[in-house]
Formats: sequence, structure tokens, C-alpha cells
Amino acid sequence: MTGVLPITLADATKVVQALLYSGKEYVCVMKLHGDVEVEQIKKVLGEFEDVIYQRPPLRASVKRQLRTRRIYYLDFLEKDGRNVLFRVGCEGGTYIRKLCYDVGEVLGSGAHMQELRRTRAGPFVEPESVILHDVAYWFMQWQERKDANVLKRFVQPMEQALALVPKIIIRDSAVDAVCHGASLTAPGVLSLETGIKAGLVVAVFSLKGEAIALGKAATASEQILQMEHGIVASTERVLMPRGTYPKRWKTGGNKNE
Amino acid sequence: MPRSVAPWKTERRVLVKAEDKTDPSFGHNPEERSAEEYLRYGVINLDKPAGPSSHEVAAWVKRILKLESVGHGGTLEA
Repeated sequence: MTGVLPITLADATKVVQALLYSGKEYVCVMKLHGDVEVEQIKKVLGEFEDVIYQRPPLRASVKRQLRTRRIYYLDFLEKDGRNVLFRVGCEGGTYIRKLCYDVGEVLGSGAHMQELRRTRAGPFVEPESVILHDVAYWFMQWQERKDANVLKRFVQPMEQALALVPKIIIRDSAVDAVCHGASLTAPGVLSLETGIKAGLVVAVFSLKGEAIALGKAATASEQILQMEHGIVASTERVLMPRGTYPKRWKTGGNKNE
Repeated sequence: MPRSVAPWKTERRVLVKAEDKTDPSFGHNPEERSAEEYLRYGVINLDKPAGPSSHEVAAWVKRILKLESVGHGGTLEA
């Protein structure tokens, strides 16, 4: 299996959680065990779009319980004999191998996954990816030239990994409290994106575009916009070191003023 | 029944609640991080080769860049 694999470096590893929920896209070769008409294949592939049920395989390190997974799209690309090429956009943790097996069952012919290539992992897409050789080469170039722009050839800031997570932007005065794990309260919020719902992961950002923390929304975007006080999001994973912004929250008076 | 939309196709608008200025003496734009900091808070969009496991590939990157730790966003295994 090849394709997009985001590698988080050192402290950026804390954003891995956000990537798991951001969705994936693959291009897959499925080998049918019998001959099936193209129209029939397209019809069945269409039936697997939206929600499917899967139980993780034996070799997976997750609990083997039946769970639902979303298939965002399942596009037939080509057929060559018994080989079927398709593109699939899906929720993280979807087993494409099992998907191929199940498609084969519904088709009646049986099928297995022949080859898989990941074309997207969250916000990271194949055309922008680099290979190991590039990493080694550009790292060596950076060590020789000491030019930071060389690093940008193969490294992205961790904020890029959060591009698909709904954002909440907060005041400077609210930053350090969140860095200490405090929940984000209404007065600290400056702006936020639509689509936030209670319980969903949100990314808390500074006005300078720095990722401060990953949190869990207490309520929806529309409510957060109206709230004068109260908790907007709990802080689940702090990304910014404490003390980057000054403490403003133990001065007694207004919290997150 | 509405079909689920892929996260990368979800359209989001910005809702402004309040306005404020940011103090330039604290923190900085991610693009302006020092080289060491840029690496330490960086992510590589790697095209994994066939053969080695995702874990092995991440370990190689760790060795090449001489970092204390690395992680990866979703196993790509056979």
C-alpha cells in the first residue's frame, strides 16, 4: 500500500487525533472473481455510498465491534477484464479491503482488494506529497544552506493538519488559560466557523494563526455566537507551550476579559 | 436522506462575534517560526513507498531528521 501518509514531527504529533477524523480518499484496484457487467458494478458501488457497517479485521489493534462508517463517494473509474478501478472518499478507519469483499458478495462474483493507494489524508493530498528521497535531500540542503525556505519544501506547519477542523479564534488574553488546559469561555471568543456542533472537535486558534489547542465544542456555532458567558469548548489537547502568551487569567477580575 | 459530505467539501463561513487586536510581542505567525521550531511543530505530507510499514517509514523520517519522536496520521498497511 502506498500514498499519502502524514508524518507529524516531534511536538506536532499532538495533532494526530484531528487527522484521524478528517477523512481519507483512496484509489483502488478490486479484482472480481467472476465476470460482471459494468452497469451492475456501478449500481452496486452506488449502494455502498453513505453509511456502511464494518467490523475491524483480526489484525487491527482496535476493538472488534461492529461499527458504522461513512462512504462519502464511491466512483467507478475503469474496468479491465475482472479488474475494477474505483476512487473512494471515506471516514477514517474504513477498511477498503473489507469494502471490496462486501462489494464482491453483493455482486455475487466475490472480489478482493488487489491494490490500494491513498490519495488524500485529511487536508493532505497526493499532488503535494514528497517522497522519502526528497525528505533526505532537502534536509541535507537545509543543513548546508541554513535557509529556512528550504525546509518549507518538505515540511508544513502543524496548523495545516487542522485545515479541515472547524476553528474558533480567540483573544490574546484568553490564550494562556487554554494553554493550561482551562475550558474556553464565551468572552474569549472573537470569531468561529459554521458547522460546529456539541461534542465535535474544534481547533482553537490565535489571531496570528497559531494553533493553541484541540477542544470539544460544548454547543453549536449559532449558540456560541450569542453566548455572553459560559463554556464554549473544553480543552482536550494543548498544542501551544504555556507562557507563549502572558497570563491574564489569575488577576481576580474578569476571566478571559 | 442527506448524503454525508466529505470534510474537504464542507463549506464553512466565519461568524464574527467580536474584534480585537493582537500584541506583536507575543507568539508569531507559524510561517515565521525559527527553523528549529518550524521542524518541531511540522508535518510532512509523505508519499509512502510500497513495502515497509507506516511505522517503519515514520521511524526512517525520525532518523533522517534526527528527532526525538514522530507520529503518523493513519496506518497504510496491506
